[in-house]
Amino acid sequence: MNVVEASGLGKRYGGTWALRECSLAIPAGHVVALVGPNGAGKSTLLNLAVGLAAPSAGAVTVLDGRPPGSPDALDGIAFVAQDTPLYKNLSAADMLHLTRNLNRRFDQASAEARLGELGIPLKQKAGKMSGGQQAQLALTLALARRPRLLVLDEPMAMLDPLARHDFMAAVLTAAAEDGVSVLLSSHVLAELERVADYLVLMSRGRVQVAGEVDDLLASHRILTGPAAEASKCADRPVVYVRRAEVQAHLLVRATADDPIPPGWEAHPVGLEELALAYLREPGAAALPGPARGRDAEPSEVTK
Amino acid sequence: MTALAVPARPVQDASLRPVPWRRMAWVTWRQHRFALTGVATLLGVLAVCLWIVGLQLHHAYAAALACHRSGSIACEGLIGNFNGMNKVLSNGSVLQAVPALIGAFVGAPVLARELETGTFRFAWTQGFGRWRWTLAKLVALAVVVVAAAGALSVLISWYYQPYFAAGNETLSLSEVSPFAAGLFDLRGVALAAWTLAAFAIGALAGTLIRRVVPAIIVTLAVYAGLALAAGIFLRKHYLTPLVTSKLNLPETAWITSQWGTKGGKFAFAGRAPINLLEQFCPPSAVGPGKPSEATFARCLGHHGYTLWTSYQPASRFWPFQWIEGGWLLALSLLLIATTVLLVHRRGT
Repeated sequence: MNVVEASGLGKRYGGTWALRECSLAIPAGHVVALVGPNGAGKSTLLNLAVGLAAPSAGAVTVLDGRPPGSPDALDGIAFVAQDTPLYKNLSAADMLHLTRNLNRRFDQASAEARLGELGIPLKQKAGKMSGGQQAQLALTLALARRPRLLVLDEPMAMLDPLARHDFMAAVLTAAAEDGVSVLLSSHVLAELERVADYLVLMSRGRVQVAGEVDDLLASHRILTGPAAEASKCADRPVVYVRRAEVQAHLLVRATADDPIPPGWEAHPVGLEELALAYLREPGAAALPGPARGRDAEPSEVTK
Repeated sequence: MTALAVPARPVQDASLRPVPWRRMAWVTWRQHRFALTGVATLLGVLAVCLWIVGLQLHHAYAAALACHRSGSIACEGLIGNFNGMNKVLSNGSVLQAVPALIGAFVGAPVLARELETGTFRFAWTQGFGRWRWTLAKLVALAVVVVAAAGALSVLISWYYQPYFAAGNETLSLSEVSPFAAGLFDLRGVALAAWTLAAFAIGALAGTLIRRVVPAIIVTLAVYAGLALAAGIFLRKHYLTPLVTSKLNLPETAWITSQWGTKGGKFAFAGRAPINLLEQFCPPSAVGPGKPSEATFARCLGHHGYTLWTSYQPASRFWPFQWIEGGWLLALSLLLIATTVLLVHRRGT
């Protein structure tokens, strides 16, 4: 089952494409990190997936081919928007009551228990809570709906490190215990590196990389060798070249079994390193199936 | 961490019934209780004022009616007392603000606040569904404000009743045309209909403008424009006016235009021009004292002129009420439907 499936998806605001030619199939059962710099189109993609926006081009479906915003899609997806909008003049108890009234399922007992554990009084008004408490309340409301897919847009932007840790712990618990698929966006990969097992990397309105983290790491190597011989490695797809004085570091698409040119060393790559390399090279892409840009001529970035 | 595990996930299937409409009642009340309490307070205060002053008014009317030896100084005093109370509430123009305020402060924020604060992203991604959410809220609030306005207009009708009683004129008591500007739209079904229209204008303005304060201002402006246009241009054309050459129309008739003819040909519009009066009806011809319009008309009649008056008789009050209520209801439904459609279709 795919929780989100897009083909040729595009969204234009005025004359600007916030998202274009996005084709994507995110399988269920993952914690998906949607990463990219500000303005990369992450929020646009999420808004399209939860039915808050309509596509300008292409199509998107959720939860096995359902149109976003349809009753079944709304029922199965819980969305926590950026800055966790809540009704500021309502208390936590009122927010629970309101969400219960607006949904077919609502696990009141677990929601109350969670707020109790978090030390958020039920009578506290949402507007009087700290950023962390508001985010936790929003997450509690979302989880109590027992969704199949939890979508979080920049959930940790306003949180301090401790609150981030608690927040992610709650998300991962839900993913592990209930099998909820999670799709969360951030412009900081480091936030998600340890929790995500599926990566979608976006920049400038396009999807650059999409795949399971383990597969991505297994299919990329860093090659280190003499700078003068960097062209020797040109027979395999090079994502990115970093040239120091005498040594060159190349990120290439290769597995551990691929042969290495003489005089070169191969190392496994870290997720953050991989993501940064792709973001620096917007022409490069690593997508399931044939993807444009794989053979693009890498430009040199010297340091 | 909390154990969120459940034994079995509920079966998802395409035929799941939607969340029941009635669940929105609590949501709507919880989110709009301050606005609704405000409306209740405003209308409550107005109702108490109308009740207190209205009782005095009815007493004054009863006293003036019961006064024997009409023409005596005592009776003149009682009549003057009753007639003078007409000025309370400035002939109803104070109450004209009621629909506008309800529209602006209840109607405009319904969607504007959600859009301004971003909470629509919460509300519209819940299982209830966004167009159902919009429709449920608007209908629930509309029913409440219309019912409140309807109740107030019953009280207002009672309050002004003495001024509309037939026969006041012969007793030299104030008698007001039921079409009087500022009173017509407070009685019958008009107040409720105007309140609904103001609410619908507010809801649509809020959806389009997406900010609370500008939406309130625009709602007030649009409502005022519509109310003025209806009163000045529209209302007198609801039914074809009656035309008469009679000179003693009751004071309650709504005169829409006057003109004169001579020998079947148009002679002048409006009142008889001064030069005509000077020519045919000098003071010597009409007798001493300040001549009335009827005197002039009679005088001109002797010279072959006929004065025509087109008017709406007071008996058309209810047809006019239903016509005004009807088009306002149609307009309101159109505006509410547009709002729901905009929300349904909107890409953020």
